[in-house]
Amino acid sequence: MGTFIQQVFNGLTVGGIYALIALGYTMVYGVMRLINFAHGDLCILGAFVGLTLLTGAAGSGHSGAVLLLAAFVLAVVVIAAAGVVLELVAYRPLRKADRLSAVVSALGASLLIENSIMLIWGPDVHVFPGDLLPATTWTVAGASITFVQVMIILASVLLMAALYLFIHHTRFGTAIRATAIDQDTARLMGIKVNRVILTVFVIGPALGAIGGLFVGIYYREAYFTMGWTYGLYAFIAAILGGIGNIPGAMLGGVLLGLFNAFAAGYISSSWQDAITFALLIAILLVRPTGLLGEPDAGKV
Amino acid sequence: MSLLVIEDLSVAYGQIEALRGVSLTVESGEVVAILGANGAGKTTLMRAISGLLPKRRGAVRFDGTDITRAPADRIVCLGIAQSPEGRRVFGTLKVEENLALGGFTRSAHEIRQGLETVFGMFPRLAERRDQLAGTLSGGEQQMLAIGRALLARPKLLLLDEPSLGLAPIMVQSIFRSLREIAASGVTVLIVEQNVRSALKLADRGYVLEVGRIVHEDSAARLLASPEVQAAYLGKAHT
Ligand SMILES: Nc1ncnc2c1ncn2[C@@H]1O[C@H](COP(=O)(O)OP(=O)(O)OP(=O)(O)O)[C@@H](O)[C@H]1O
Ligand SMILES: [Mg+2]
Repeated sequence: MGTFIQQVFNGLTVGGIYALIALGYTMVYGVMRLINFAHGDLCILGAFVGLTLLTGAAGSGHSGAVLLLAAFVLAVVVIAAAGVVLELVAYRPLRKADRLSAVVSALGASLLIENSIMLIWGPDVHVFPGDLLPATTWTVAGASITFVQVMIILASVLLMAALYLFIHHTRFGTAIRATAIDQDTARLMGIKVNRVILTVFVIGPALGAIGGLFVGIYYREAYFTMGWTYGLYAFIAAILGGIGNIPGAMLGGVLLGLFNAFAAGYISSSWQDAITFALLIAILLVRPTGLLGEPDAGKV
Repeated sequence: MSLLVIEDLSVAYGQIEALRGVSLTVESGEVVAILGANGAGKTTLMRAISGLLPKRRGAVRFDGTDITRAPADRIVCLGIAQSPEGRRVFGTLKVEENLALGGFTRSAHEIRQGLETVFGMFPRLAERRDQLAGTLSGGEQQMLAIGRALLARPKLLLLDEPSLGLAPIMVQSIFRSLREIAASGVTVLIVEQNVRSALKLADRGYVLEVGRIVHEDSAARLLASPEVQAAYLGKAHT
């Protein structure tokens, strides 16, 4: 029982992070039918930006909570701006080009960001300070749950709820959904499609930066190739939930986190990836469009 | 001054010119029909007016403003809305969300008023306001596409084949609503394969053939014209 509860909490923590990052993949795919391969690297760039503030301001006398908050704000602002630059420089000029050009551009942007991280911060593993948050642990039915886990789970839930409300209950959110269904008809409604796309390149990277910084804080490390590792997991989460579908990315992230945790907890962490991918393939065989995905709904 | 003036308009898809020097005018308050066989360029014309296709040559003026190079959202703001070919409702959005999107350039208050007007005109949409648009019948989707365009409060309503694929009884019902819309003062430019109904509704008409206007006349004279009867109304009709 203790192991079970433990793995549920471990899974929800990682799942919340995957979901935050997966939302960026799924929203961009939704409105542009493009996999933004640079997204994972952007998220980890967020972790490095936050880390730089945390180490730079260490010993400044501010409390850990204040420093963390500042790190999140800085990471979100910098990465959202980077997302806008990415769209304007790497994707907008290729809007009318064929799909392959955009994919090549995305892969190029990914390498560029990854290498920039290496040039700026070096190839070594950076360690996150461990004294920022209370070391409180709660024991629930034999499982120990840390303060960091609770913070990550709560923040992920709140952020996803806010995104859901924005997408489903505001005019601009409805315009984003319409653009994802049919760009030309969205234009006929008077929707500025380029503005919708830019918004998606603000929201996705902003949530991703939070996810990336959570990765750093949870595992207490950051290295320049981490964007590929976590980007891949999050991308798989997006596929699992049905790429293009926002609640799907949330569900896919949480499920993937739970798969991961249970595979690691009950079988072996060296088998964790193999088991996770086997499950993914099994689900996609039954539902090729992912759990909540529909085959290009609304498209003629 | 005419509400819409199109001069020498050419539009191409790559090397293929789909419109070659089209000129036409629509006066305020008029209903104008565009007739033409499959592939004549009718949809291309509608999409070009709405700013979805770049123009290779020529000019489009609306209400005194040059909109030749205006983006689609600006054209909607100026007062041109379109019910596109194939309806193109947002299938996974609710009926009411679809309608509200039609009023995207309008205030919340104007959207509320518009919803009331459209629900009055199409009570079936009111009953199904919370249903996903993709679950509506073809006729209901057409009502939705027209209602959605009306939410923009257009001065000029573009209708691309509003009766396409509908049962005869539904076609009649759609045309009754179009008559009502025209009577309320909205100027209408309509493309239709259902030539007889379109010409009965219209004041004037143009005949488009492989990207060129080959004929222009009052609707009554076009209906009576032997050429139009032969080409679009079927020879059996007298
Ligand atoms: N996206 C496109 N790319 C290339 N050619 C196109 C495209 N859309 C239309 N065409 C061509 O342009 C010409 C005009 O097409 P358009 O759709 O405007 O005709 P239409 O009069 O609306 O026909 P229909 O009655 O079938 O709706 C046709 O020859 C068509 O094949
Ligand atoms: Mg057509």
